Amino acid sequence: MDMVFLSRLQFASTTIFHFIFVPISIGLAFLIAIMETMYVRTGNEEYKKMAKFWGKLFLINFVIGIVTGILQEFQFGMNWSNYSRFVGDVFGAPLAIEALLAFFMESTFIGLWIFGWDRLSKKVHLACIWLTAIGTTFSAFWILIANSFMQHPVGYEINNGRAEMNDFFALITNGQALVEMPHTVLGALATGAFLVTGISAYKMLKKQDVEFFKKSFQIGITVALISTFLTMVAGHAQAQYLVETQPMKMAASEGLWETSEDPAPWTVSAFIDVDKKENTGEIKIPYLLSILSYNTLDGSVKGMNELQAEYIQKYGEGNYIPPVKTTFWSFRIMVVAGTLMLLFGIYGVYLGWKKKLVSKSNKWFYRFMVAGISFPFIANTSGWIMTEMGRQPWTVFGLMTTEDSISPSVSAGQVLFSIITFCSVYTILGIIMVFLFVKVIKKGPYLMDKKEEKVNSDPFAKEGFHV
Amino acid sequence: MFDLNVLWFILVAVLFIGFFFLEGFDFGVGMSTQIIAKSDMDRRILINSIGPFWDANEVWLITAGGALFAAFPHWYATLFSGFYTPLVVVLLALIVRATGFEFRAKSDHPLWKKSWDVCIFLGSLLPPLLFGVVFACFMQGLPIDKNMELKAGFFDIVNYYTLSGGLTVLVLCLVHGLTFTTLRTVGDLQDRARRTAQKLLPVLGILLAVFCALTYIKTDLFHERGTILSFIFGLAVIVFVLSGFFLSRKKDGWAFGMTGGVIILAFTAVFIGLFPRVMISSISDAFSLTITNAASGHYSLKVMTIVALSLLPFVLGYQIWSYIVFRKRVTEKSHLEY
Repeated sequence: MDMVFLSRLQFASTTIFHFIFVPISIGLAFLIAIMETMYVRTGNEEYKKMAKFWGKLFLINFVIGIVTGILQEFQFGMNWSNYSRFVGDVFGAPLAIEALLAFFMESTFIGLWIFGWDRLSKKVHLACIWLTAIGTTFSAFWILIANSFMQHPVGYEINNGRAEMNDFFALITNGQALVEMPHTVLGALATGAFLVTGISAYKMLKKQDVEFFKKSFQIGITVALISTFLTMVAGHAQAQYLVETQPMKMAASEGLWETSEDPAPWTVSAFIDVDKKENTGEIKIPYLLSILSYNTLDGSVKGMNELQAEYIQKYGEGNYIPPVKTTFWSFRIMVVAGTLMLLFGIYGVYLGWKKKLVSKSNKWFYRFMVAGISFPFIANTSGWIMTEMGRQPWTVFGLMTTEDSISPSVSAGQVLFSIITFCSVYTILGIIMVFLFVKVIKKGPYLMDKKEEKVNSDPFAKEGFHV
Repeated sequence: MFDLNVLWFILVAVLFIGFFFLEGFDFGVGMSTQIIAKSDMDRRILINSIGPFWDANEVWLITAGGALFAAFPHWYATLFSGFYTPLVVVLLALIVRATGFEFRAKSDHPLWKKSWDVCIFLGSLLPPLLFGVVFACFMQGLPIDKNMELKAGFFDIVNYYTLSGGLTVLVLCLVHGLTFTTLRTVGDLQDRARRTAQKLLPVLGILLAVFCALTYIKTDLFHERGTILSFIFGLAVIVFVLSGFFLSRKKDGWAFGMTGGVIILAFTAVFIGLFPRVMISSISDAFSLTITNAASGHYSLKVMTIVALSLLPFVLGYQIWSYIVFRKRVTEKSHLEY
């Protein structure tokens, strides 16, 4: 079997799986930090319970994020050794800094947070969850610096056939990172927030611990609305940056074969024929692509055919058009998911504003909110698929192709073996995670407390609430 | 000739040694859940004794990997692609082990617990074994060609020399974990840990001696750095004997320090013996990876030096603080999260 295909398949599947847990970690860490802050400031035990309850879910999720993250760092070298040799000088630095700055911080302070409820003062304990949350953001920052270099390489020069860093400051102020970072982190906040609101909606539907989950819902929906809105703003900035730096990705995500008219319309949907390089049955909204690309009512956007001709001039013979259908549709899926999130957020905040959160008429809305747990994941995944597939055929835009990036010393059989084992283990982990989530959610925050009281007299039942 | 390449070689060595010292006892504790634990409560106490630490300890490995990538991209690329399958196994082991810690106590179903027990045991046993094999491979030399590609056959990686290295590291971590347990537990469990450590010490001694002898015969390390390695060897013998002495005197803190000392000395010897090479080619000396031909450019190393040296004090500071916060022994009455 084809090594390039297998290596990509493994990287894509393990990364998509890993990125289910990362945004939950980032989002929940901040939400828990907010809840515990409210506890420390008001002294209201209810908020402590909240931090502990959501903390349970956080920890189940966090450990899977960690273990699948180790694999991420290893597989650059394992499956993409040529790539690693070529970019290590530039790309390795943010990864090393991520480990040193972010991973140590997260792992140490989450340990202190879990085991420190009785050992640390309230304020120090609160600081631990904030430091964990900040650590997750640092981690996102540095890995996105690395990713941005692949999208838009800066701060390097080519020496002895490899990219060497010559400007660290340029690397960490990469325009790509400056737009990618807020978009990703805010999206992660929204992910955590929709998880909290969805679960709270479920419990309110079940009429269990309604007061507790009403409060959680309120905190969650506020964060959900703000972060979803800001994610869109950042996404808009990212799209404009895309037009400048990776026009081919932009053209592919629009299914734009020929350079557009001026002003450019936005294609809502189309049947794309990649072989004939044409679309049929397009539905278009006039002006919108010009607005998206330039914030103005005019300006055309370059098409793939023209760019392909330009790139052949620049980089030599080759096909520089990414998988158009995937790029086109993943972008639209992301936009639809994001729009739904925004609408849900607005309506939820409105309900809270009108003090109508506990009302029979919300039944359908809450059902939608439960389904809404999945929307950020759909948006995150399709967004990353668009970003990474749209960069093809490059691993580092303009410098190195995906084909050239693989490990020459690794055989297809080895990769096949690792794909099968990782995917099996990951599937099992996914099932276990859902099982444990459901278990914790069903118990709810109070039952867990009841058993905890019992615990004091009987140490053997200490973790009775886990049963 | 002290330049940034040397400094980064030292930093990478420190990160790996730190990893084996810290995660070493985690691995040992993980293994001992099947060796000295008599009840479910024993197992839980053992797992909780490393509860607040294992994650941060594992980050030492991730940081070592990141430092390799940043400072010695060719070392990183050759090592990780050349040892593809062993690393897949290590990763799987680390995955099931960590999830085992976190999930084991979340249900009382016997099959659930039993499965996670197996995961924790194998997940703690395989990584030190395989890391031992990998480090032995570094010293023995591997078929690295002129393009720095390592295409190792099964017997290049698995042979009596590398297996003896793997077993040595395995038992070393186990004993280190047992001395850690004597520090973190009380009563019967603590006694069992101490007794088991004492029983294992002679085995460890033999393994260490055999591996040193094999290294003397099979590699050029003693030829290259004979004086200093002999010195370290002598020091290690003293530290090793002292660990037995302190164990018999029930001076647990000192005993733990000594088993940790053996780990530090052993891996220091490996890195000193390799220097300035990082991976030895068995095809030709000219193809060996060294701190020069495997390294990043000067600018990158300079940036990384500034970043690393300014962050390291904080990292060490809060890690030490967390050990101080959780210095109390774990008992049945403690807050058992796992």
